[in-house]
Amino acid sequence: MLVPVKWLKKYVDIDIDTKTLCDKMTMSGSKVEGIEKKGVDIEGVVIGKIEDIQPHPNADKLVIVIVNIGDKKLQIVTGAMNIAVGDYIPVALNDAELPGGVKIVKGELRGEISDGMLISQDELAIAKSVIPESMKDGIWILGEDYPLGKNLLEVVELEDEVIEFEITSNRPDCLSMIGIAREVAATIGTTLKYPRVEVKEIDEKTSDSARVIIEDEAGCQRYVARVIKDVTIKPSPDWMQQRLAKAGIRPISNIVDITNYVMLEYGQPLHAFDMDYVEDNTIIVRKGQRGRTFKTLDGVVRKLKDYMTMICDTKKELGIAGVMGGEESEITSETKTILLESAYFEPEGIRLTSKQLGLRTEASSRFEKGLDPNITSLAADRACQLIEELGAGRVLEGAVDVYPAKKEAEKRSIRPQRVNALLGTNLSNQQMISILKSLELETEEKNDCLEITIPTYRVDLDQEADFVEEIGRIYGYDQIPATMARGNIVVGGKTNGQIIEDITKEALNAMGIYEILTYSFVSPKSADKIRLSDETIKRNFIKLLNPLGDETSVMRTSLLPNLLEVMARNYNRKIEKFRAFELGRIFISKIDVSQKLPHEPLNLVIGMYGEEDFFMLKGVVNTLLDRLGIKGYIYEVEKHHSTFHPGRCGSILYGDHTIGTLGELHPEVTENYGIGTKCYCAELDFQLLLRLTRLGNMYQPLPKYPSIARDFAVVVKDHILVKEIENIIVANGEDILESYKLFDVYKGNQIAEGYKSIAYTLTYRHSKRTLKDEEVNVVQERILEAIKETLGGTLRD
Amino acid sequence: MEGKLRGLQENAKEEITSVDSMENLEKIRVKYLGKKGELTEVLRGMGSLSPEERPKIGKVANEVREMVESLLEEAKKAMKSKALEQQLEKEAIDITMPGKDVRLGKKHPLTQSMDELKNIFIGMGFKVAEGPEVETVYYNFDALNAAANHPSRDMSDTFYINKDVILRTQTSPVQVRVMERVKPPIRIISPGRCFRNDTPDATHSPMFHQLEGLVIDKGITLADLKGTLEVFAKEFLGSHTEIKFRPHYFPFTEPSAEVDASCFKCGGDGCSFCKGSGWIELLGAGMVHPNVLRNCGIDPEIYSGFAFGMGIDRLTMLKYGIDDIRLFFENDLRFLKQF
Repeated sequence: MLVPVKWLKKYVDIDIDTKTLCDKMTMSGSKVEGIEKKGVDIEGVVIGKIEDIQPHPNADKLVIVIVNIGDKKLQIVTGAMNIAVGDYIPVALNDAELPGGVKIVKGELRGEISDGMLISQDELAIAKSVIPESMKDGIWILGEDYPLGKNLLEVVELEDEVIEFEITSNRPDCLSMIGIAREVAATIGTTLKYPRVEVKEIDEKTSDSARVIIEDEAGCQRYVARVIKDVTIKPSPDWMQQRLAKAGIRPISNIVDITNYVMLEYGQPLHAFDMDYVEDNTIIVRKGQRGRTFKTLDGVVRKLKDYMTMICDTKKELGIAGVMGGEESEITSETKTILLESAYFEPEGIRLTSKQLGLRTEASSRFEKGLDPNITSLAADRACQLIEELGAGRVLEGAVDVYPAKKEAEKRSIRPQRVNALLGTNLSNQQMISILKSLELETEEKNDCLEITIPTYRVDLDQEADFVEEIGRIYGYDQIPATMARGNIVVGGKTNGQIIEDITKEALNAMGIYEILTYSFVSPKSADKIRLSDETIKRNFIKLLNPLGDETSVMRTSLLPNLLEVMARNYNRKIEKFRAFELGRIFISKIDVSQKLPHEPLNLVIGMYGEEDFFMLKGVVNTLLDRLGIKGYIYEVEKHHSTFHPGRCGSILYGDHTIGTLGELHPEVTENYGIGTKCYCAELDFQLLLRLTRLGNMYQPLPKYPSIARDFAVVVKDHILVKEIENIIVANGEDILESYKLFDVYKGNQIAEGYKSIAYTLTYRHSKRTLKDEEVNVVQERILEAIKETLGGTLRD
Repeated sequence: MEGKLRGLQENAKEEITSVDSMENLEKIRVKYLGKKGELTEVLRGMGSLSPEERPKIGKVANEVREMVESLLEEAKKAMKSKALEQQLEKEAIDITMPGKDVRLGKKHPLTQSMDELKNIFIGMGFKVAEGPEVETVYYNFDALNAAANHPSRDMSDTFYINKDVILRTQTSPVQVRVMERVKPPIRIISPGRCFRNDTPDATHSPMFHQLEGLVIDKGITLADLKGTLEVFAKEFLGSHTEIKFRPHYFPFTEPSAEVDASCFKCGGDGCSFCKGSGWIELLGAGMVHPNVLRNCGIDPEIYSGFAFGMGIDRLTMLKYGIDDIRLFFENDLRFLKQF
């Protein structure tokens, strides 16, 4: 909402500077977005009158103009085409200064003296969007015969400050000068001055020349029509044009400008119909007929729906109620008689209509928030007053006012002690009453309560809490003390799960792995890109009805696709080494339809490339599981997970549960993402990890007795897994085997083709005494024997 | 004999001074002090001396021996330290060569902000609550007093799964879920992902992060909200931070306020960062609307409470001077490494 300060001052006394006013208004709830100074940097521009226009002898596109500026006449060369002898225009004199640092200097144009310049509104820094059509590309032709030679700024309200307010959606009443003035009065403690509305009418009754029928009473609760005859369409006066322009509305013609002016003044949109196009002089408000079309005054043909409220006559549609009028009945320079509409339309209907049509207007954006049906006749009267005063037409007596169910002001009681209890203040009843009264809220003390009459324009006020806010904001939030909540002591903190998430992230960070965050939605094509098998539940995506695009149209069932997108992006940006993880939710649609919401388990993915291999990733996973105190899991060869290399993939099992999968990505997957290097990824069920995590184990005493280490190397067939050897070591280690460590795998010289040499260090220790060599020898022998027997291995020296 | 001994001493001294290796030094030791060494030989001849001479010569012989031994020891030390010096010199490396590839990962900058915020509120007795990203229209809008025609419900603002299920547009539904389940006193924060139907650009993202807070108890006031947020702002932005409450409108709180913090770059004088105003928009807050309390089965006549919510992405961008929100979700390692 743009509010020119000089206009605002017509409705309220303001005795402070604009900056201070704006600070105070922001603090009382009308947030100021900005202040723009208008008409600045203009010097030496005076009123002139064109007395003669002659062709330029040396230039076809220029003319020589003689301008009377009172005490003398100036010869000025101009290229402007919209001027005529007798026009009053602003003249920039020699040495004049214009916005943007432009300085006017007397000079010659093609051999003819030019002493000054005729100027346009654009050159005075008036926004192009609000310059009247007729002067868009030419000189500003003034609307009145001002005294010649007078400074332009003294006769036209050009110099001003315009405040831009952010009006919240619950305060449509503030989308008006009077609404803002009301807030100003309450905020700075001055008085509101309503315009004096008196209409000079002719001796002819409106009710004899117009009829209004509301068929759609749900869509239109009040319709006021007034009729004006002998209309003269011409530009509105300069003062009105300038006020409109500063408020962001382009002046068009007197009648249209007056309807806009009153809309800005009272917040009530008005519409003027050319009466000659209203069949039978009858306005019928009814629902639109589906399938019919209607051309609005912007020239666009609109498809009507049966929920749209339409303004019609006995034969056809005239306008889309509260949104836009029709082209046919629009006011033109030929218009002789007008029917002025001031109505109340039901907000939700206007909102739906405007949304359906994709057409949001100054009118619709006000109606859809809810206006005051009790202001319609006043606004109509005000417009008629201005029409009559500005000589735009003669106003018929009275109005046709159809208002089947008058909206009455409601009353509410509030408890002062409750207000204080919620604000944390100690205000007296008197203080509260005076605040409420400053907002024009009639308030009476009744018993222990305050009874407030809610004006019908305050659609935001209903409950006690609403009045708590009114009292609080005018009293001043900055006056309210800052305290800490008393009462019950509550212990803050994270849940166990949240703590385990933190530990996981920190452990992974410590291993050089960065955390990434990616969108919760993915492309459905990602299922193919990571080669998900056809039958997996992970292809059963939850789809968005209104996605931004296919790429983000389904909820992710795996964190891998987004991780791979990130890996691809980094790879393409020449990042040589990459390690990252994401801990986030996947979305599994419930089999059970009665469940409205999907299952959202946490998953963990880790991805790396660049000088990495499977065992680095496995080491990372082991270290993480170790940090979480998870023991007793095993790795199993996984040949059938289609995302991974069939020979370089494993599952991590814990009893009957699968913790996850890790491996080198299938080459087709890396190719699908355009990654030209081997990638290693792990995908873990974090929900399961949360269940398995054991933190805070009891302390194990450090060993007191020395250990004995023994190495051995065994040659076995290639296909034998080290896991098989290790199972035998563990099974035969009795209670003195402390640990085993693979330290060498060798193939080549001295080892037959199809065989490999595996070397281990076994560490033995007894918890209660020092071991003897002999007892270790016995166990070591047994282990080696078992390996030979079970796997056919031979011992290497 | 004494002259012979002194002569030996002189010879030994000369030889030791000019020795050039450990081996030669050892040879010298053997030559003089060895079993068949010259000094040993001389001492062996002591037996032929008269009893009067013996103690005198014995004393001289001991002096000579000690002298030679100490000379040898000194020479050995000097040689050792010289050898060490040479070795160290040989072992010198170019320490300007790069360090080994030891890597440390980092948490995502948004997680880091979130952690910082969580810690502040945990310190004030808040518990961290979470809820689903896919939410019902009821929890996201209806229960929060959002009007049935509120524009935020439009398909142009909110992602829908079906007419009753959406991607949450705020983390407030978590608050509703907690209020339904837990009896006051309640003191929670709910951080998490939120979604709005915005095409990504420098300042918009279809996914972003919020942290909302809720306190419900008997006798909670707007003054308490001010106090809590003042402590928070000073902790998060620095102890000189001032905050300002501006009345505003949110459907789920009444009274409502937008809260500004004094600019942490210029301290409130006005700079390019705060666009000259000296203030930065920090969060939205207010007293929980009685309708919301009622919707959750809490009697607004007995309990009152406040709620607040802030955008983590925006605060993180402000804090680090990040000019494009999309960087958070691109996850370029060169970006992530900087935090």
